[in-house]
Amino acid sequence: MSLKALDYESLNENVKNCQYAVRGELYLRASELQKEGKKIIFTNVGNPHALGQKPLTFPRQVVALCQAPFLLDNPNVGMIFPADAIARAKHYLSLTSGGLGAYSDSRGLPGVRKEVAEFIQRRDGYPSDPELIFLTDGASKGVMQILNCIIRNQKDGILVPVPQYPLYSATISLLGGTLVPYYLEETDNWGLDVNNLRQSVAQARSQGITVRAMVIINPGNPTGQCLSEANLREILKFCCDERLVLLGDEVYQQNIYQDERPFISSKKVLMDMGAPLSKEVQLISFHTVSKGYWGECGQRGGYFEMTNIPPRTVEEIYKVASIALSPNVSAQIFMGLMVSPPKPGDISYDQFVRESKGILESLRRRARIMTDGFNSCKNVVCNFTEGAMYSFPQIKLPPKAIQAAKQAGKVPDVFYCLKLLEATGISTVPGSGFGQKEGVFHLRTTILPAEEEMPEIMESFKKFNDEFMSQYGDNFGYSRM
Amino acid sequence: MRRFVIGQAKNLIDQTRRRRPQPHHHNNLRLLSLLRPSASDSTTVSSPRLFSSSSSDMPGSDSSSSSSIPVTLDSINPKVLKCEYAVRGEIVSIAQRLQDDLKTNKDAYPFDEIIYCNIGNPQSLGQQPITFFREVLALCSHTALLDESATHGLFSSDSIDRAWKILDQIPGKATGAYSHSQGIKGLRDAIAAGIEARDGFPADPNDIFMTDGASPGVHMMMQLLISSEKDGILCPIPQYPLYSASIALHGGSLVPYYLDEASGWGLEISELKKQLEDAKSKGITVRALAVINPGNPTGQVLSEENQRDIVDFCKKEGLVLLADEVYQENVYVPDKKFHSFKKVARSMGYGEKDISLVSFQSISKGYYGECGKRGGYMEVTGFTSDVREQIYKVASVNLCSNISGQILASLVMSPPKPGDDSYDSYIAEKEGILSSLATRAKTLEEALNKLDGVTCNRAEGAMYLFPCINLPQKAIAAAEAAKTAPDAFYCKRLLNATGIVVVPGSGFRQVPGTWHFRCTILPQEDKIPAIVNRLTEFHKSFMDEFRD
Repeated sequence: MSLKALDYESLNENVKNCQYAVRGELYLRASELQKEGKKIIFTNVGNPHALGQKPLTFPRQVVALCQAPFLLDNPNVGMIFPADAIARAKHYLSLTSGGLGAYSDSRGLPGVRKEVAEFIQRRDGYPSDPELIFLTDGASKGVMQILNCIIRNQKDGILVPVPQYPLYSATISLLGGTLVPYYLEETDNWGLDVNNLRQSVAQARSQGITVRAMVIINPGNPTGQCLSEANLREILKFCCDERLVLLGDEVYQQNIYQDERPFISSKKVLMDMGAPLSKEVQLISFHTVSKGYWGECGQRGGYFEMTNIPPRTVEEIYKVASIALSPNVSAQIFMGLMVSPPKPGDISYDQFVRESKGILESLRRRARIMTDGFNSCKNVVCNFTEGAMYSFPQIKLPPKAIQAAKQAGKVPDVFYCLKLLEATGISTVPGSGFGQKEGVFHLRTTILPAEEEMPEIMESFKKFNDEFMSQYGDNFGYSRM
Repeated sequence: MRRFVIGQAKNLIDQTRRRRPQPHHHNNLRLLSLLRPSASDSTTVSSPRLFSSSSSDMPGSDSSSSSSIPVTLDSINPKVLKCEYAVRGEIVSIAQRLQDDLKTNKDAYPFDEIIYCNIGNPQSLGQQPITFFREVLALCSHTALLDESATHGLFSSDSIDRAWKILDQIPGKATGAYSHSQGIKGLRDAIAAGIEARDGFPADPNDIFMTDGASPGVHMMMQLLISSEKDGILCPIPQYPLYSASIALHGGSLVPYYLDEASGWGLEISELKKQLEDAKSKGITVRALAVINPGNPTGQVLSEENQRDIVDFCKKEGLVLLADEVYQENVYVPDKKFHSFKKVARSMGYGEKDISLVSFQSISKGYYGECGKRGGYMEVTGFTSDVREQIYKVASVNLCSNISGQILASLVMSPPKPGDDSYDSYIAEKEGILSSLATRAKTLEEALNKLDGVTCNRAEGAMYLFPCINLPQKAIAAAEAAKTAPDAFYCKRLLNATGIVVVPGSGFRQVPGTWHFRCTILPQEDKIPAIVNRLTEFHKSFMDEFRD
């Protein structure tokens, strides 16, 4: 008999081509070592609660009450829940038709979308229309929905930064489109040079690719840079000239660790630029409850906002969303809470501010400890983590190390990261997983390990690295500090 | 609400003998998380089809490219345009407009509320959640409650125990962390044990992929199976439009097989054979057979004998059996029982090597009806490890399904047992819902069968009735003049006259020339008589208006 339907050979090639090396060599080895009893420090995923970050109290109280609405009728509920959490739970339940157990509108609860629109308006100073905001099960789902609408076949290209977050490459592969890379300038603090973009587009077009959209990740993942307003203007102008949809991955907008370049949304910059651009550039911005000081990854909550997308296209996006019925309702409530946190005067306000500030300030200190730590190492240079949750140091591997990696049949940065893992238990992701220029090597770590463990982690990293560099080096090494 | 007084009394008694939560549960969060794996990973990738590295396989230049506006209707993915999902289609949009207008314009309508019978969304129509499940979820949502002594007065003791048990299975007790992309291992263990208890055959937690509702699982399988329009999936007609929509989105071909309405929506193997041959002759490679049991929209429950024939057919033809078993708890007639396809296959002596089988389950249906949670799983058996790795990879791109949905999926597969604090109330709630659904199904079916020109098979299971309406020629002509399908025409008139929202049969497909609609059995029991009256009145006047 011929091949069976799910024999490997007969699987959809797009699935096989998709790369999402979640169980890449590093992760597998780390899991093995852990099973053998070695202490592993997982710095490979932006998953804050898994590394001990406590959830914010107020949103968890509100959602617990929504999970068990019968508590609201119990006279003793005030013994374990503050009044503002009770009031807020009642508010959100009133926005649903049947509590957390009923499908909502496929675009998300209208009341929550309204709160999101009000948040965007407060943030940007420009009106936002709840009808153009769709809630999603995490930002990833939104990205997939939008790319699904854009990509028709492999002649459709999407501009993606390199290094990039692999969601983009994986989804583009699954949908059978073409990834058109543009390189971020490491020496310019991972800056985005519009001339590079032009070149990438021209080259893609010469090969028959219709470039249709451009992805920016701001603040950057894995690169941690924050785009300047001037840079965003250039990008928007470029998208207008080239008729590209701009997909603005802005999930790290709360994670800013310097004061020179605060987060500024693509939407605000676009509106600031005024007509005709503000009426022409098609923009879709993504946000999530998984990042920021919330870090509620397990909830799978997010939204996207559409700007300048024609109504009939919005209808089509709605239709596709409706096939999945609705995003999960408790995460929709998390999203509502994220965009309308307790206000001054609320019972829970002080606690909320204390908790969220505590997390953010600690992340800021950790970003500094980590970047400085890397820069004190031999043959390692690292741009400061201005935002997001990652450091992406460049490891200048000596020729002997590259040689040794080849002999071991490994990509050089994989070789380095494996040795690091074996020596220290620090589980990182090699830069080759994100894409990097040829001949340069990186690794990505999160800045999420607990602050008090950070000095020790960096010390053990330095010890490993400097020994590695001595073992393989020609004594020409240097360090930035 | 319902059982608080009793619950509190019980809790007070139980408090003395309850396992006290140990302080370490909260003190060593950080340490634990460092020692345990954070199983899912959002990282590493090498580039997909980078144009620069694979320019040789690129087709020729598209000259119009630079001038096209990116996301207009003309330039979006045509597969997106092609797919349809009637359950939330035009009629629902009209209903939503009517509902908005009703708020300000009450006198303009002959009804005072919209009754949504278009979608299996029980809790939106007043069905109450199972208390025990929600207690556990609330405790897992805000784990600090477990340290409060007052909690013991507010929650049943077994819900507290269960919450601890679940939290102990989550690395770092972090319900806010991404989990393993297949779902939290301990919860999959509970589900596998539940499947084993249901079927009497072993289930492996590694075969379980937890998903945000059953739908993403179906999408994942379609993605794997369909490479082009040459790949076909056998689907029942009438079918639940998730199948037609996801096949269209992935660019495959739906190969229809017709259920026989006259024999209670029977599934004939001869029909499967005929359609398979027909598809082959058109150059289509049929790769899988989708079976919905109990049926949606048709409500039939397959007999075990029929299931054995289906299993043999799939085995013989090398088809993957996609078993949509989300209504497994919804069986309303004493002469029928739900049997999982896995149990049937195993009891025939067929193992992993004999048949590839995917069973979908959801927390949205059953007596729990927790649609808004988006929880579910698929159990995949009979796949080689390299294929499973591909499924895992696709699952991992979306990181993981939502954790409260995962917890609830484990709870519905391991509900309270006799002797547990919540057992009696759990059983009372469950039986109450299921017996009421059976009553509603019967009442509505009988009412429909009384209508002139309407025949309706009984709902043996699931949540729907799918009556056949014998529309007069005049009505069909009027529909054509209004450029709508005749059943959509009927359903719009029904909505405008009564506020009752149903889905036209054309959204599910049907034998050409026959007309149906799908109506859920979910409105609360006290509303059913009014629905029956309004429906009867409307139908009579409709037939009077269009009688040939």
